[in-house]
Amino acid sequence: MSKRLSNAFLILVFIVLYAPIVFLIVYSFSAGDTMTAFHGFTWQHYRDLFSDSRMLAIVANTLLVALLSALIATLVGTLGSLGINRTTNHVTKESLLALNNVLMVSPDVIIGASFLIFFTMLKIPLGFVSVLLSHIAFEIPIVVLMVLPRLREMSSSMLDAAQDLGATTKQLLSQVIIPFISPGIFAGFFMALTYSLDDFAVTFFVTGNGFSTMSVEIYSRARQGINLEINALSGVMFLFSLLLVAGYYWIEQASSRRKQRKRRATS
Amino acid sequence: MMTLTKRKTWFYFIPYGLWLALFVIAPLALIFYQSFFSLDHHFTFSNYTTYFQSLTYLKMTLNSVWYALLITVFTGLISYPTAYFLHGLKHRQFWLLLVILPTWINILLKAYAFIGIFSQAGLANQFLSFIGIGPQQILFTNASFIFVATYIQIPFMILPIYNALDDLSPAFINASQDLGASGWQTFRRVIFPLTLPGVKAGVQAVFIPSLSLFMLTRLIGGNKVITLGTAIEEHFLTTMNWGMGSTIGVVLIVAMVIVMLLTGDQKPKGGTPR
Repeated sequence: MSKRLSNAFLILVFIVLYAPIVFLIVYSFSAGDTMTAFHGFTWQHYRDLFSDSRMLAIVANTLLVALLSALIATLVGTLGSLGINRTTNHVTKESLLALNNVLMVSPDVIIGASFLIFFTMLKIPLGFVSVLLSHIAFEIPIVVLMVLPRLREMSSSMLDAAQDLGATTKQLLSQVIIPFISPGIFAGFFMALTYSLDDFAVTFFVTGNGFSTMSVEIYSRARQGINLEINALSGVMFLFSLLLVAGYYWIEQASSRRKQRKRRATS
Repeated sequence: MMTLTKRKTWFYFIPYGLWLALFVIAPLALIFYQSFFSLDHHFTFSNYTTYFQSLTYLKMTLNSVWYALLITVFTGLISYPTAYFLHGLKHRQFWLLLVILPTWINILLKAYAFIGIFSQAGLANQFLSFIGIGPQQILFTNASFIFVATYIQIPFMILPIYNALDDLSPAFINASQDLGASGWQTFRRVIFPLTLPGVKAGVQAVFIPSLSLFMLTRLIGGNKVITLGTAIEEHFLTTMNWGMGSTIGVVLIVAMVIVMLLTGDQKPKGGTPR
């Protein structure tokens, strides 16, 4: 009885979670102009979307910013975690970690507003560069949080062994450390990518007039009312997120399989 | 040898150090600094005095906190049972992934979906007509704002609670049952207290963003609810009064620190059950 009740509750929660998404995608195939009654199947909105050169340019911008910022953030974040992990002083380490998490917990508007002041003071023009820099900035802490646990798992005896065998610092990094923490680096890269694709508020503050990302464009179009082209866009985005989730899940699985294998080997 | 490697690794730390200085410390310092400047760029305390003497600002702040509180409570009421039941399922990893999946959909697309669902002739009103209540004005009301905000926040609350449940050793539950506690007693005295850190993490993840959700107040709330975030956005991008915007930003930061202190993981001094 209570089992049935709990299942009913879960089903209800899942329906509520997915209803808006399904709703959006269903109407992306409706022949009408509104999201009120289904008017028969059509690919028209997808055709509109793929011939809307402004939207396509914005999608390309968004992907470019996401990939580029995630790459740079992963690089800086990984180096940063190596540094944090090296720190032996407890107080320094804790304060570094606390500073690292400031951007993780700050509300988006604070990040956006403070970056806007920052860019204006440095006279950095608002546009592609300011958006890219902001995205890199708010992605770095999540990369650190993904890489650091892997570094902690690494045993120091392995490093000692490598050094005793004559490995240089460079070799140590490229042959021992990086391969070991690579699942963390990949996870960090994926999280950074999703943070970038998902961001609206920070970009909205620092984007200026000429440059736009998908979130900002959806916001300005949604303020004008219903436009089924946005539904088509969400259909494409949903497919894209499914692929990303599958990729992320696959990496997670691969790393946990590796862990299990190692556990079996040592026991 | 050790010092040599150490010196060499400091070199790798430079980009990260630069990031800390330029994008963490400097912007925070700048927002404090900016909050002491008036519209015509003169140093002044007037932003703060205006803020704390103006009924409008104070009311807005209280309102924002109140709405964030409501959103957090509703999110918690839905998320705790969801996480709890999910944890009892067979393929729970898969179901958990299904909870996370909606968070990968752009938040604006979800808000946009609700514009359609809540519109005059939308799905929600069709349902209300169907059960005989008749169409209502749903979009641009406070209730719709709370509903959509709760909808967006639910996964962020489910995750930490689920993780806390996952960390909970089943031995405690078995022990409690063996000692004759009823299901409800086990939950109230054992499971809930031990998963409280997860709830606190969830509150942190939901309450602070709820203070600053400005796109929802515009798209769904129809500007009826003004949150701290909406006020900051308005001062920065519409009225261009950065000083006042920064002052509200400082208030938001203070609110954030208070929430963090209240929900921070006070490390228990005694032996923690592990």
